[in-house]
Amino acid sequence: MGSTSSTLAKIPNAEDLMQETGFTPAHLVRLYDRFKVLDKDKKGFLTPQDFVAIKELAMNPICDRIIGAFFTSGGETLDFPSFVRILAHFRPIDKNRPKEPTSPDPINSRSNKLKFAFQLYDQDKDGKISRHELLQVLRAMLEKQVTEEQLESIADRTIQEADLDRDDAISFEEFRKSLEKVNIDHKMSIRFLR
Amino acid sequence: MTVTYIHLLLLLLDPSSALMSTQDPPPSLGNHSMDKNDVDEAEGHFTVPIAFRVFSVDYHHVQAPFEIVLWIMLASLAKLGFHWSGRIPAVVPESCLLIMVGLLVGGVIYGVRHTAPPVLSAEAFFLYLLPPIVLDAGYFLPGRLFFENLGTILWYAVLGTLWNVLGIGLSLYGLCQLGGWGLEEVSLLHFLLFGSLIAAVDPVAVLSVFEEIHVNEQLHILVFGESLLNDAVTVVLYKLFESFLRMPSVSGVDVLAGGCQFVVVGLGGLCVGLFFGLVAALTTRFTARAQVIAPLFVFLYSYLSYLTSEMLHFSGIMAIVTCAVTMKQYVEANVSEKSNTTIKYFLKMWSSVSETLIFIFLGVSTIQDVHMWSWPFVSSTLFLCLLWRALGVLLLTAVVNKLRRNAVTFRDQFIIAYGGLRGAICFSLVFLIEDFPKKRLFITTTIVVILFTVFVQGMTIKPLVELLDVKRKKRVLPTVSEEVHCRLLDHLLSGIEDVVGYWGQHYWKDKFEHFNTKYLKRFLIREDKQPKSSIVRLYQELERREQMGETDEGKRERSPAIEENQTHSRSLLPEEMDSIRRILSTNLRNFNNKHITAYSRHTLHQDFTVDASRKACLRRHQSLGERHSSTQTHGSQWDDAGSQGACLSRSLTVSQSPRSAHRDPHSTREGSLNGPVRVTFEGLASPSSTYLQGQDSSSARMPKKLSFAFENEKGK
Repeated sequence: MGSTSSTLAKIPNAEDLMQETGFTPAHLVRLYDRFKVLDKDKKGFLTPQDFVAIKELAMNPICDRIIGAFFTSGGETLDFPSFVRILAHFRPIDKNRPKEPTSPDPINSRSNKLKFAFQLYDQDKDGKISRHELLQVLRAMLEKQVTEEQLESIADRTIQEADLDRDDAISFEEFRKSLEKVNIDHKMSIRFLR
Repeated sequence: MTVTYIHLLLLLLDPSSALMSTQDPPPSLGNHSMDKNDVDEAEGHFTVPIAFRVFSVDYHHVQAPFEIVLWIMLASLAKLGFHWSGRIPAVVPESCLLIMVGLLVGGVIYGVRHTAPPVLSAEAFFLYLLPPIVLDAGYFLPGRLFFENLGTILWYAVLGTLWNVLGIGLSLYGLCQLGGWGLEEVSLLHFLLFGSLIAAVDPVAVLSVFEEIHVNEQLHILVFGESLLNDAVTVVLYKLFESFLRMPSVSGVDVLAGGCQFVVVGLGGLCVGLFFGLVAALTTRFTARAQVIAPLFVFLYSYLSYLTSEMLHFSGIMAIVTCAVTMKQYVEANVSEKSNTTIKYFLKMWSSVSETLIFIFLGVSTIQDVHMWSWPFVSSTLFLCLLWRALGVLLLTAVVNKLRRNAVTFRDQFIIAYGGLRGAICFSLVFLIEDFPKKRLFITTTIVVILFTVFVQGMTIKPLVELLDVKRKKRVLPTVSEEVHCRLLDHLLSGIEDVVGYWGQHYWKDKFEHFNTKYLKRFLIREDKQPKSSIVRLYQELERREQMGETDEGKRERSPAIEENQTHSRSLLPEEMDSIRRILSTNLRNFNNKHITAYSRHTLHQDFTVDASRKACLRRHQSLGERHSSTQTHGSQWDDAGSQGACLSRSLTVSQSPRSAHRDPHSTREGSLNGPVRVTFEGLASPSSTYLQGQDSSSARMPKKLSFAFENEKGK
């Protein structure tokens, strides 16, 4: 483990990062190594091109949305702390943490995970998933198997099931409610990041 | 004098008796013109002159190959017959039908000759019939899926088989001791030996049945991979128990040595396969001048690896699978298109014939005089096989699900447990046991178990699976929102895993890719075929796939569209809900569908039926490829690997223009559940457009989706 501590020393603000995100030193080092592998030109930050260079990611139907989620507020550079903060969403939920009402939720809480997923739909950041945004995502995922009419039916049905205040859009609360039966911890966690 | 020399010559030429049954007519002479002289000389008292034979039948001369060809012909005609009638293969799996044909033929032979028909010899099976099937399976193995699930597969193969063997052997022994069936004197080792051969799931039988039930790829690879890899365990245990039987006493050290032997056998097979795979890849590097024999090397080296590892008592199946997997990518790069096609067609053909022959012979060999029957033993064996397999699968899955993201569902577990069919490997192994008083009983039981699993389990698995699906659907009906959102999350997780380089899967894969590109490919692939630019290569690949997708689209547009009730109101009819559910469950399930080609014994991948379009698109590649390489020289803002994405989107938008006309008509394809699964590739909107400078025509346009299709299993 000697390499871990030496690499750890190279990461700026490692202690704060670990505190904020909950990653262990070993994880942080592993993510740092990965960051460096992705950053092929050794710029010190990542750009969207570095993400697209990951072949398997490029084949993902929602690849651009995932990349967009990393580069929030339209920036073109992603430094290591921001990289880690985004990935902290995917840590499994700590079940043993005592619930303190005053302290903010950890990044990997269920609600924050759902917020992250919500943001994938809500590209214009108005706090609601409009029918149009839903259609876009459905189109990306279902590609050519269905016709436009069927896509629209599915979108209609999705909104109909979730939309409680009848504004033809899904707010974050409605989104959260529609997923209450789903085990988000299982679905949105990468186990090795525990 | 001359006549005696001729006699000797003729005696030498006289063919010896065939590998199967004996023949009645006396050996006739090969050289007909000698007849007259010979008869005159040998049987001098024959006064009737025999006319010069203008026409005669000399069966014995050609007997051996003639009979072999007849068997193969019978097998192929039977197969042809089944596929002619559309409905029967849907209900009865082909393996069952073939066994029935075999039974029929065996019965006929028995009736005519009143002796047992020829038995499938273990040697013929292991040396000639099994390798083509396993080679075919290995060559078309979906590599990425296999390695992603390798841990689970090994878990099931090694531990599952051990569990089954020990369970069946010990419980049979216990039952026989207690049961009073007259089997008390059979030793524990014999039962363990029996257990080891009967517990093994057979890849041939599994494959043939799974063709019909259309399971998802992950499940398919789990069962199939397990059946391939458990060969190592089976071989070791079988040989171990056999050698224990011969030893006067067994000590703990021997058991430990057996355990080590397992590792040796598995790894040894792997190494032999690797070695031959690499040598084969290297050889194909030099076949540019003699392209016609290039496919031969593939077969020769694979077969050689199998034989070598059998010679060294390693696992031949593992060797041949490893060899095929190793050499595939290099061979495909090195040899010409036609040679590639030849390799694949021949593999399919040989494995098909082999499989058919195996099943027919299973049927024929069942008709024998040597059966010894014992109701309690047979039925308890059957029951225990099922029981232990079910228990094993349940327990192992419970453990392994904690470590997997895509859990193995209950339905999958049922299929794994129920789909553990036994086949010809057990059959051959049981014949190889050294003779002991109850050997016939074991043979009979093995045959019964095989027939039971193939017939009963093979035929009922499909209805049972459908029943399970229906039941499951009735109990828990996820809302459409849940389905949609969950699939989004799956895509998201998949993407994040790729970003993070989830080290269990991608870390080693990346390392291997790095090693591969840097060293192996340089060494093993011909110079002119070295990938010059990964961008061009990727572009060509996408083009090719898109072409295939287009041809597929064109075909589908001509087929009648299935009508759907178009409703514009918000509420949906129940039929529509059902169809929506079906769409979602069929299509969204393939979220990990990165590069999956469906494995099918009977058909080749879509690739090989669209030659014309590929040629056209290859021509276009080359012209565009030249444009690529010329523009790249003054595209200083790109470097090769790093801006692959940007170049890719650039290349995508370039390709849009000639084909924008084809993009629009989308025919209804919903009803066809066996439609191709498509993966969309979306060019990046904002970042890429800034990089497109001085590019012709279509660059500034919003990048449209470029989808390419590849044929997938009929999904349900």
